[in-house]
Amino acid sequence: MNAPTGTVTGKDRYRSGVMEYKRMGYWEPDYVPKDTDVIALFRVTPQDGVDPTEAAAAVAGESSTATWTVVWTDRLTAAEKYRAKCYRLDEVPNAPGVYFAYIAYDLDLFEPGSIANLTASIIGNVFGFKPLKALRLEDMRLPVAYVKTFQGPATGIVVERERLDKFGRPLLGATVKPKLGLSGRNYGRVVYEALKGGLDFTKDDENINSQPFMHWRDRFLYCMEAVNKAQAASGEIKGTYLNVTAGTMEDMYERAEFAKELGSNIVMIDLVIGYTAIQSMAKWARRNDMILHLHRAGHGTYTRQKAHGVSFRVIAKWMRLAGVDHIHAGTVVGKLEGDPNTTRGYYDICREDHNPIDLEHGVFFEQHWASLNKLMPVASGGIHAGQMHQLLSLLGEDVVLQFGGGTIGHPLGIQAGATANRVALEAMIMARNEGRDYLHEGPEILAKAAQTCTPLKHALEIWKDVTFNYESTDTPDFVPSASVSM
Amino acid sequence: MRITQGCFSFLPDLTDEQITAQVQYCLDKGWAVNLEFTDDPHPRNTYWDMWGLPMFDIRDAAGIMMELAECRRVYGNRYIRLSGFDSSHGWESVRISFLVNRPKEEPGFRLNRQEGVGRRVTYSTHAYAADLPEEQRYQ
Repeated sequence: MNAPTGTVTGKDRYRSGVMEYKRMGYWEPDYVPKDTDVIALFRVTPQDGVDPTEAAAAVAGESSTATWTVVWTDRLTAAEKYRAKCYRLDEVPNAPGVYFAYIAYDLDLFEPGSIANLTASIIGNVFGFKPLKALRLEDMRLPVAYVKTFQGPATGIVVERERLDKFGRPLLGATVKPKLGLSGRNYGRVVYEALKGGLDFTKDDENINSQPFMHWRDRFLYCMEAVNKAQAASGEIKGTYLNVTAGTMEDMYERAEFAKELGSNIVMIDLVIGYTAIQSMAKWARRNDMILHLHRAGHGTYTRQKAHGVSFRVIAKWMRLAGVDHIHAGTVVGKLEGDPNTTRGYYDICREDHNPIDLEHGVFFEQHWASLNKLMPVASGGIHAGQMHQLLSLLGEDVVLQFGGGTIGHPLGIQAGATANRVALEAMIMARNEGRDYLHEGPEILAKAAQTCTPLKHALEIWKDVTFNYESTDTPDFVPSASVSM
Repeated sequence: MRITQGCFSFLPDLTDEQITAQVQYCLDKGWAVNLEFTDDPHPRNTYWDMWGLPMFDIRDAAGIMMELAECRRVYGNRYIRLSGFDSSHGWESVRISFLVNRPKEEPGFRLNRQEGVGRRVTYSTHAYAADLPEEQRYQ
């Protein structure tokens, strides 16, 4: 697969006209990436008849220095340093005509601390390049030298837990439903009931901003009444993610400042506000001791299909650099896309200080995070108390479990729904710590806890048959014996 | 009211046998068990009084349960919490924390509202127990 380089050198390299990318210095199979290089792994599907090596070299070229023709002005620069180099090309297992291309970029190609600049190169023009049928960014290796130019999560998992005084179990949340249409006063009712019933957090949905049925100030005021009242009723810290997403940065800052003045401990933004706005809000959150929740609204448009787009594991890496504290990262068992192994890879990227190569989980590179704060994954969408043993086993302890419908849809009311979830969670944690085989004994553990908790009994009964078993579209491609290993 | 701090507050109060199992879990993880007590359970009261130092060197659950029994003998009508502290790099904080003792009566909290300009309200949470001088709370 890895043909020798055909790079043309000297005077001939700069003769005017068109030259194949693989001859211009973008295909260098002998190149050994430096510790300081940014490395990207692309899944490349060339158009029929296009030489895969040329296609991969073109990806390297178009995401770094190249244009369609030779330019003499390259000779005014240290061009060889600035050229991205495709140094390895593998066939994707069980996918004829599709290739994994490893491309190394010199660190000097990127502005420190700017996701916008990184992405303008790596996923800029190149995704529309005609000789390719499809292109997907699968994974990236971010060198420590580059990681250190980013703030990272404003708060981080450890400090978030310290601030909330909540340790040893996943946090519990719920998204207020219906997501659209409630007035501020009615919205605050849901928040109060859910928090008083036993949840730690409630959450605005991604598209709750400031609409005719509820303007943002009204929502913030009623929500903070609910938070404070539930806090006094329970003696524990509560919070509600106030979504400050808006049309301009000025509006977002205004909303965030108001949330701060009202004493909220957390605000929320949507991925669709863009990388620069996210980094701005992360800096604001760090300055103002605020936890920053990110809803990954919109990501499914480019992360879900395996052939084209950007893998969510890359988005998770960018968001850890950008500095959010929470990110929706999948539930596996819920209603939204999520292969168990792939999701596990996302969680590791969010929470570990070091990720080893783990092809089974879709992690292609070793990644050192250099003590950058940890990012709390959020599991949300179609989960309920009856799945608690599976959720704990699949997702671990440092996660926010969000039961929206599973709280608000409870037949005895929202407080009862919240209590059912909290009791199920605490019973499962206790059993796990006692050394029980909680994954297999889960249903019995829940049934036992339900004996002293009527709300849990109802929850287990009403949702007992709810599962979402569909084929995942985004799964790792690897052969255990490793044609893809490093 | 029943305050719900700590990770098992929604379950019935733990028996000593159940507490021992959780202590063993902490010890198996290599965490230091710590006992703290307070007469002011305000949710932002971070620094409860320590029952001695964190027990870095007691690696036996029975020894820790003896300390708990002694702490209960002296402060049996206050809140006592047991926590496991993980000193490994990247965490260096509490890993688990739960209540192992409550006072007989839990008077709870008053929510104070101070109305301000516009519709702004400034909230504060006030523990009824804290109305009394320290020595007279939870008599």
